[in-house]
Amino acid sequence: MDGTALPRRLTWVVAEVVSSVDETRRARSIVLRCPGWPGHLAGQHIDIRLTAEDGYQAQRSYSIAAPADGEYVVITVELIEDGEVSPYLVEDLVMGDRIEVRGPIGGYFVWEPSLGGPLQLIGGGSGVVPLMAMLRARVSADSQVPVRYLSSARSLDRVLFRSELARIGRDVDGVEVLHTLTRTRPDGWDGLERRVDADMLQSHAFAVSERPTCFVCGPTPFVEAVSSALVALGHDPGRVKTERFGPTGG
Amino acid sequence: MTIESHRDGNALGGVLMSLFGVEMTHRRGCCGGCGAINTLGEMHIYVDAPGDVVRCPSCQTVLMVLIRIESVVRINLAQLAWMEMPD
Repeated sequence: MDGTALPRRLTWVVAEVVSSVDETRRARSIVLRCPGWPGHLAGQHIDIRLTAEDGYQAQRSYSIAAPADGEYVVITVELIEDGEVSPYLVEDLVMGDRIEVRGPIGGYFVWEPSLGGPLQLIGGGSGVVPLMAMLRARVSADSQVPVRYLSSARSLDRVLFRSELARIGRDVDGVEVLHTLTRTRPDGWDGLERRVDADMLQSHAFAVSERPTCFVCGPTPFVEAVSSALVALGHDPGRVKTERFGPTGG
Repeated sequence: MTIESHRDGNALGGVLMSLFGVEMTHRRGCCGGCGAINTLGEMHIYVDAPGDVVRCPSCQTVLMVLIRIESVVRINLAQLAWMEMPD
């Protein structure tokens, strides 16, 4: 990403909340208008800083959920019960609120259509957010890159972007969408039903011979398990890109 | 809060970019302990300490510690043998 390596001072700007939509009972997408936004690549993130009246500050990183669109930046935030920042973003933030942001950040876990594919996207929980940005970038650019999107969630009501993914999987040539549910499944569930493992990747991910670029994002144990399984299957470690988020913060 | 788990260097992209003035997560660094070379995005970050501790993903040697003290970030390069930046 040498194009983004040009010196550019990273400064905090005040962004305005222009809309939001509940994705699940615990996750919300928030559209921020960021004055002077320089654009971004799918997979990049922003830092958000909240300041309390007494001056206490809390800072978190959130992946951007959609491709560049002028000054608009979409993040999708999942509630972490005892978190300091996510309950405010998911439950309290209203239109017109202003929060400090800086970005875009990240040059490692990024994709744009010119980088080609095939593209294997594997996300656990809210780790699907940067992968959704990549898939949306692929669709909106009308790229022909083959994509397989595999999400892992505890239950169906925790699957992010479900209806949009169903539409993309049905209507867009070259894109396959699969969900695996690890704890509870609705009656008649016809998707996958266990944690992502080597057998699942062998059956449902692109084969090693197709030389996919793999992006894996989720909680640390998920990412460790999936990336190890991909490498054990013979995928080039240099083509397995990972992004982990720990259990802390929120 | 638990400390058994870690994040990765992508989470420090913002602070590294503000320190070095350029995107750093895809740049390489070398562990002074075992010699492993990884991108900063792949390095392990432990954020439960008073600062952010960056460890080698291969041998867990502490490579870097970033501590925020009021308006400054104090950066201790610990066992980071080298890292690359654009010329």
